Amino acid sequence: MTQLVLLLLFDAVLLITLLGLALAAVLSPEPRRAVMLFIAFGLWLALVWARLHAPDVALAEAAIGAGLGGALMLAAARRAARARRQDAEAEP
Amino acid sequence: MTDPTFATRPDPARAAERDRDLKLLLAVLLALLGVTMTAIYALALNAGAAPRLADLALARVPQTGVDNPVTAVLLNYRAYDTLMELAVLLAALLGIWSLGPAPAGFQRSGPVLAGMVSWVVPLLIVAGGYMLWVGGYAPGGAFQAGALLGAAGVIVRLAGDPQAGLPGEAAQRWLLVLGVLVFTLVGLGLMLFGAGFLTYPPKLAKWLILLIESAATLAIGVALAAAYVGGRPTATSPLDPRPSAQPK
Repeated sequence: MTQLVLLLLFDAVLLITLLGLALAAVLSPEPRRAVMLFIAFGLWLALVWARLHAPDVALAEAAIGAGLGGALMLAAARRAARARRQDAEAEP
Repeated sequence: MTDPTFATRPDPARAAERDRDLKLLLAVLLALLGVTMTAIYALALNAGAAPRLADLALARVPQTGVDNPVTAVLLNYRAYDTLMELAVLLAALLGIWSLGPAPAGFQRSGPVLAGMVSWVVPLLIVAGGYMLWVGGYAPGGAFQAGALLGAAGVIVRLAGDPQAGLPGEAAQRWLLVLGVLVFTLVGLGLMLFGAGFLTYPPKLAKWLILLIESAATLAIGVALAAAYVGGRPTATSPLDPRPSAQPK
């Protein structure tokens, strides 16, 4: 019985943190910060998939969703920041 | 405003009113969507243990050539989907290449990072091969293996190689289309021998799937690493002035 309650508590913590990370990533105004939160969200989501007994999806989420997607988005954020800086220098 | 849709309505009060109406409409539609999805979810929960496709699919797994049901679905039952996924990846990379040449890479890594990279990259490649093989009977498969290869490419680029360890442009193009090419050729070949497109005969299924998955792994790995490079490769050009292309 206590085991069931503990598991339920664990799931609740998993879900609430997942939703919190998702909201923080969406609402973050700075792209770099948003991408880092998104990577954390992806790794957390992999945990949730593992908890749902879907190791295939968990592996793919951690490797592609969080790892490579995160690396690609970090590179894109860096390029966007550089383009913005160049625009700002060209303006005045 | 120069927008022609707003040119006929210069009154800001009316524009604000319309804006509010649109928001209200959106809220109502979203609420309807939420109610519909909750109803569908409740229906699905209460549907009970009716005969579903999953039982039939699970019963036929031994005939698919692999023991892992996920791989069986991805590469046998729904091989079309996987072929299309590979094509989507290829199209995404073509989009990235059409944006222009790759930006310059990072500075060369120091001895500590270079030492770590020389350990981690071979390990990733071996792990990718293992992931590919293990996909036949346990969680794993071409996409995860390809992601590991792509991660190796990302690390090599971060350590200072502007091409992420990839070969020249011509070889890269062949590797990129390899997944779709082998997949389609196997499908067409099976059609020649009387089976349908991508309908494997059970005896050969395992080896055909392994062949397709190996090609797909290479293609996915190269596509992901090339996507991280972020542009058309420029190293094959003899006029390339990048300093790292010259011998030390």
